[in-house]
Amino acid sequence: MKAVPQAAIARILQRGLPFVLVLGLIVIFASASPRFLAVENLTAIVVQSSWLIVVALGVQCTLLVSGIDLSVGSMMFLSAVILGLGLRSEPPWVGLLAALGVGAVWGAINGLLIARLRVPAFIATLAMLFVGRGLGLLLSSTQVVYANAAVADFGRGGFLSVPLPLATAGITLAVVWIVLRRTPFGPYVRSIGADAESARKVGVPTVAVTFGVYVLCGALAGLGGFISFSQTASASPAFGQNAEFLAIAAAVLGGTSLSGGRGELWAPIVGALLIMTIQNGLVMVNANPYAYPVITGAVIFFAALLDSVRSRFQGRTALRGDRPDRVSASLAQTP
Amino acid sequence: MKSSEYVVSDGCVFGFSRPPPAPVPLPVKESAAPRLRVRSLTKLFYGVEVLKNLSFEAHAGRILGIVGENGSGKSTAMNVLTGVLAKDGGSIELDGSPFGPTSRRASDAAGIAFIQQELNVFPNLSVAENLFLLHAPRSIDALPFMSRRKRRARAKALLERLELPVSPDAPAGLLSVGERQLLEIGRGLAREARVFILDEPTTSLTEHETTRLFEILRSLRKNGVAILYISHNLDHVLDLSDDLLVLRDGRVTLASPRAQLTAQDLIVAMVGRPIETLFPARSCAGGTEVRLEAAGLSSPGRFRGVSLSVHAGEIVGLAGLMGSGRTELARCLFGLDPYSEGCIRVAGERLTPQNVKASIEAGCAFLTEDRRHEGLMLEASVFDNLALAALPLYAPHLGGRILKQKLARTLRELTSRLHLKSGAVESTPVRTLSGGNQQKVVLGRWLLRQPKVLILDEPTRGVDIAAKEEIYRLLAELANAGMAIFLISSELEELTGLSDRILVMHAGALVARFTRREFDRETILRAAFGHAPTA
Repeated sequence: MKAVPQAAIARILQRGLPFVLVLGLIVIFASASPRFLAVENLTAIVVQSSWLIVVALGVQCTLLVSGIDLSVGSMMFLSAVILGLGLRSEPPWVGLLAALGVGAVWGAINGLLIARLRVPAFIATLAMLFVGRGLGLLLSSTQVVYANAAVADFGRGGFLSVPLPLATAGITLAVVWIVLRRTPFGPYVRSIGADAESARKVGVPTVAVTFGVYVLCGALAGLGGFISFSQTASASPAFGQNAEFLAIAAAVLGGTSLSGGRGELWAPIVGALLIMTIQNGLVMVNANPYAYPVITGAVIFFAALLDSVRSRFQGRTALRGDRPDRVSASLAQTP
Repeated sequence: MKSSEYVVSDGCVFGFSRPPPAPVPLPVKESAAPRLRVRSLTKLFYGVEVLKNLSFEAHAGRILGIVGENGSGKSTAMNVLTGVLAKDGGSIELDGSPFGPTSRRASDAAGIAFIQQELNVFPNLSVAENLFLLHAPRSIDALPFMSRRKRRARAKALLERLELPVSPDAPAGLLSVGERQLLEIGRGLAREARVFILDEPTTSLTEHETTRLFEILRSLRKNGVAILYISHNLDHVLDLSDDLLVLRDGRVTLASPRAQLTAQDLIVAMVGRPIETLFPARSCAGGTEVRLEAAGLSSPGRFRGVSLSVHAGEIVGLAGLMGSGRTELARCLFGLDPYSEGCIRVAGERLTPQNVKASIEAGCAFLTEDRRHEGLMLEASVFDNLALAALPLYAPHLGGRILKQKLARTLRELTSRLHLKSGAVESTPVRTLSGGNQQKVVLGRWLLRQPKVLILDEPTRGVDIAAKEEIYRLLAELANAGMAIFLISSELEELTGLSDRILVMHAGALVARFTRREFDRETILRAAFGHAPTA
């Protein structure tokens, strides 16, 4: 029974490791800086993770259909620029809906390119990354864009002492959870991620589902842009830069497979918290600011390594499912 | 969570012991119209007619066996029936009303379940999710929300009906190929499909699983489902079918009730001429030089104490049931797997254990049972596939100039010797070739190395009869030219027709040896089942 340990290793890599990492980091940072464990600081980490959780949830959906969305960082920037320039003194929910809407349209373009025109997701969204950043810079004339008072209040505000950004992330999670777990959309998404051709043959509406996934991802990226914009109250030309990599790393660190079809819903949350813990901890221990990109890069590399190790174990266990050990079975039978 | 937790009944993965379930009758419309009536169906590919006025009927409560060589139009016809391809002419009626599906989704909704050779089961979804992927039970019909409780309960009922002792929550990736196939049948049952189409369902099943599949198909028939069963295995088709349909070049060449038909009748209808001498005459019974020798080979849990020898110019067959250890033995002989005791010699030289490179250098070649994983570059041409294997011989060293003309000449000789039937060997992608021709390309790749010993595991699985005949002839030619051939096969016909000697394996040990004069189907089969002759 060599099967059990390997399957167990695969499961530990999939489920347990992210939690172990978060705990380990907390221990390290706490021992290096006494302020790290302060309640205000831990709360700040969670609240600052809100936008990343929202964006990573969308990116995870694209990973689940064996795709990817590299344009989410640019989408965040575009959403912030449009809100900063377009809003006067409207209430914050107008900004929130506008961000969702702009993001959905953006996602629809991605979806059209990928699902209908069959452009590889990597290329299509890479192109959209540049288009989005460029559009944002054009609109803002490369100037810093400021949020109006209503939007900035949203970033600081709370409802029943729950910070609004965090509440928004919570509601987003609930909606995505219902869509992926309680409607046929979820199994459709994962069947496409496993084998799109098979899914089509079985009768899954693959084009519509893939399109839907990118619309969802775009909308959530727009929403993530709104949350982050409301928290910082301004958007420089570098706003949201590299957010796509943080979002992908968050999903993968939490256990989502880069090769599609596998990943739990809480994965982006754990991954986002992990990344934000690292960033916060580095500030707390007064690390050299130029070390941040190095550490972030190492985290992304680690996420990818984890995924490749994980899929190797999964590959082996899946293979065993394909061909059970017939020989030992027949040796056990007495004629 | 161990994988065994998903097994419900007392640790046995296949619950074959219980009697078949009581049939649950499906609503059968009492009408004179056949379940499926196809009339003068035509289909053109780029102006070439691949289906020419195809007409046939399939009836509720009957199994229609469909046979035909590769390229005879079977797959095209099924793809038209299931909405994957659009028809160019003719008509289809389902239970008396016109039927023209435009997608798999449409034919699925009309109640046609299509179980293809390559299974469409998703390993990352649970068994229940796989069963109800398209038609998940809703909590409230008008809303898009699934009821997982209902899905689980219905899945459980279906699994019981299929006697599949797995939990609805188990990931489908843990199931064996046979169990996955039952899952696809379950998908059809969940839809209450009226027509089941199965394309080559038994190629990757064990004998046990095949028997189980047939039981289920027969119980489906009792429930009034129409079944279209496509296979190259004539014995299976004859065993199972009520009616038979033979296609050749897009036409029906035989359509009749099973009645008195024999395999020979089917072959005549398929090929257009009787293939009496499927097996070529063998001119010599092998030389004296021992090419492949194993002495006291053991590998715990797989086989033990295996000693055998294959001489130059000899074909030695290995018979045995699936799981008797034959494939494992072949893999060890070729150096893919380790062994604990004994030794292997090729042309007198002792081989390093578990070293494929050394085996190949010593002159071994191995055609595995799994063609899809043979590493054919499916998008590349026949020529490129062959050239890749030959490159080390025609480019003196890495970075050296390739001896193109010499290479081309060799490859041309080889392709004509293989009787490769493909448009142009330089441009046709291997993907478009039939199974038999792909197998020939794999074989050709090995032949470029001029091996001394050729080990073949199920070389004609899923290959049509004409291609089979050519592979047999090729093997006989190779043996006559002095190659030592070790042939593993599930088809006794193949073994008795080609081999000079047959070894029989049972439960990991060689239990009987026969020379050509002693060949007798029944004795060999009995030995394979563990009743070796006392002599």
